[in-house]
Amino acid sequence: MSDAAPPPPTLTDAERDELRRQGILLTSLEELYNWGRSHSVWPLNFGLACCAIEMMAASMARFDIARFGSEVFRPSPRQADLLIVSGTVTKKMTPQVVRLWNQMPEPKYCIAMGACAISGGPFKQGYNVLKGIDRYVPVDIYIPGCPPRPEALLHGLMQLQEKIRGQAISGRDAPRHLQPDMACDYPVPEFGQHDLEPPQNPALWQPPVLTRKEGA
Amino acid sequence: MSVSELPPLSSAPGPHVRAVHDQFHGDLLEVSMGPHHPSTHGVFRMIVTLDGETVVKLKPVFGYLHRNHEKIGENTSYLGSMPYTDRLDYLCSMTNNWSYALAVEKLSGQTVPERAEYLRIILAELTRLLNHTCLAGFLLQDGGASGTPLMYAFREREKILDLFEALSGSRMMCNYQRFGGCRADAPPSWLGAALTLADNYGRFLDEFEKLLTGNEILMARTQGIGRLPARLAVSAGITGPMLRAAGVAYDIRKVDGYGLYPRFDFRVPLGDHGDTYDRYMVRVLEMRESIKILQQALRDIPGGPVMDTKARLRGFRAKPGEVYSRIEGPKGEIGFYLISEGGPNPYRYRVRPPSFVNLTILEDLCLGHSIADTVVILGSIDIVLGEVDR
Repeated sequence: MSDAAPPPPTLTDAERDELRRQGILLTSLEELYNWGRSHSVWPLNFGLACCAIEMMAASMARFDIARFGSEVFRPSPRQADLLIVSGTVTKKMTPQVVRLWNQMPEPKYCIAMGACAISGGPFKQGYNVLKGIDRYVPVDIYIPGCPPRPEALLHGLMQLQEKIRGQAISGRDAPRHLQPDMACDYPVPEFGQHDLEPPQNPALWQPPVLTRKEGA
Repeated sequence: MSVSELPPLSSAPGPHVRAVHDQFHGDLLEVSMGPHHPSTHGVFRMIVTLDGETVVKLKPVFGYLHRNHEKIGENTSYLGSMPYTDRLDYLCSMTNNWSYALAVEKLSGQTVPERAEYLRIILAELTRLLNHTCLAGFLLQDGGASGTPLMYAFREREKILDLFEALSGSRMMCNYQRFGGCRADAPPSWLGAALTLADNYGRFLDEFEKLLTGNEILMARTQGIGRLPARLAVSAGITGPMLRAAGVAYDIRKVDGYGLYPRFDFRVPLGDHGDTYDRYMVRVLEMRESIKILQQALRDIPGGPVMDTKARLRGFRAKPGEVYSRIEGPKGEIGFYLISEGGPNPYRYRVRPPSFVNLTILEDLCLGHSIADTVVILGSIDIVLGEVDR
């Protein structure tokens, strides 16, 4: 195509495996860092509703979330990496959830567990139910179900680990906390006259725009 | 038993009142526990005023999980409300289903085949085992025994959930009962598996009790803590194991004799002191009685259909009228109050949640105890926020 410099020679996976068998581990700092991070994701010990029971079941003997390095449920947001929004978020509870998210140190991740946390679920028509936590908090993984089985939570956790392993330490693909111009603090909504103020964080979520076809 | 027969409440001020008025020189400390607190069983908040470590005032704050169950029920068809009842007390979906189905059956005058009545009793008693086992685990978890008792409890919970899943297709939200019977029949293999579970459950309870019942730390943390006088329990409308732990013999299975419970031979365990330890013990004894009911039901269950042939589920309209139905759920009296105007959905849909009513005496139980005890007392009341806030 052009006379640009050829890409630097890289090892194939087979060559790497061969070296590993000989006792030589070749890796990049980025890979090592992400490998370590992805296997010690500490969730916040925070249950909201029905899904919290299944979250607990996932941490018990049968499903054993410890196999994935996430059994250390921390009661304090200051020590947690992962917010599992497990259940219905009501409008009364929303400010507290956002405040907990703000209190967690970066790098942090959020899993919306269950239909209620994703969209309001079966209670969507309720006047006091938030129609999805992603209006205020950036969600990394959505797990559908009402409630999702513990296996589904484990699958969601594995997807999150995959996502962490794919993150760069620098450059444009670096996570939020390594980019100086990204916000790490999210505005906490307050009760207005009729609803939460603001009704959503416009930087994160905007109502879908319906466009009409020409002539329709 | 009437209220007048019960011993009177003491009118002398408790030790906590003296602490405020006589010897108190420092500042009171107000602590907000919750809504995010690992021991509050969900999103419940207590504003606790402390004198040192002693509770002098406790104000509960509800509503963090108010998800408009009753309002949604008024705009949903009768059948459409059934899955919502699963999510009231999300540990005991089967008993919620039963209470709601009973209300609609009363409203429309439907009958239930005998086999379905037996299945309902089997499922209700399995739910009672599940709820009480988990409660004991949570109580100990709140008391500081991190992990171990809860692990044992959840191991047994999984076995019961496997049965629920085999029958209804869902682990937690069973949505199994219908007005006029049950949604699906149980095959003989399922009944056999349930009988095996019932036969083996006693051994698990022996193991559990060996770990806990005589445990010195458990006794020190729970005996004499959160004493509930029988008169207060009755006048506050407390039901379920909490009422029976206070020594009042009142079990709706015996009083109303709904379903086919009069056919079964079981006893109602009562407490002596009404403290947290009694509330734990009454539940363990109730589980042993549940095993007896399960064994009788699984032995005697007759054949036949599980749905009333005349039952109509879709497009169902109830006759105008109002009805209240109640059953003895694992947490107490779970009741549904419906007003029908003849339309496809109820005009008024009201739930009588046991854990909400049982929670009203929380302050009376906690006054004078230390802040660490409030956590154990709350654990022994056995609340589920889905039902408290609805």
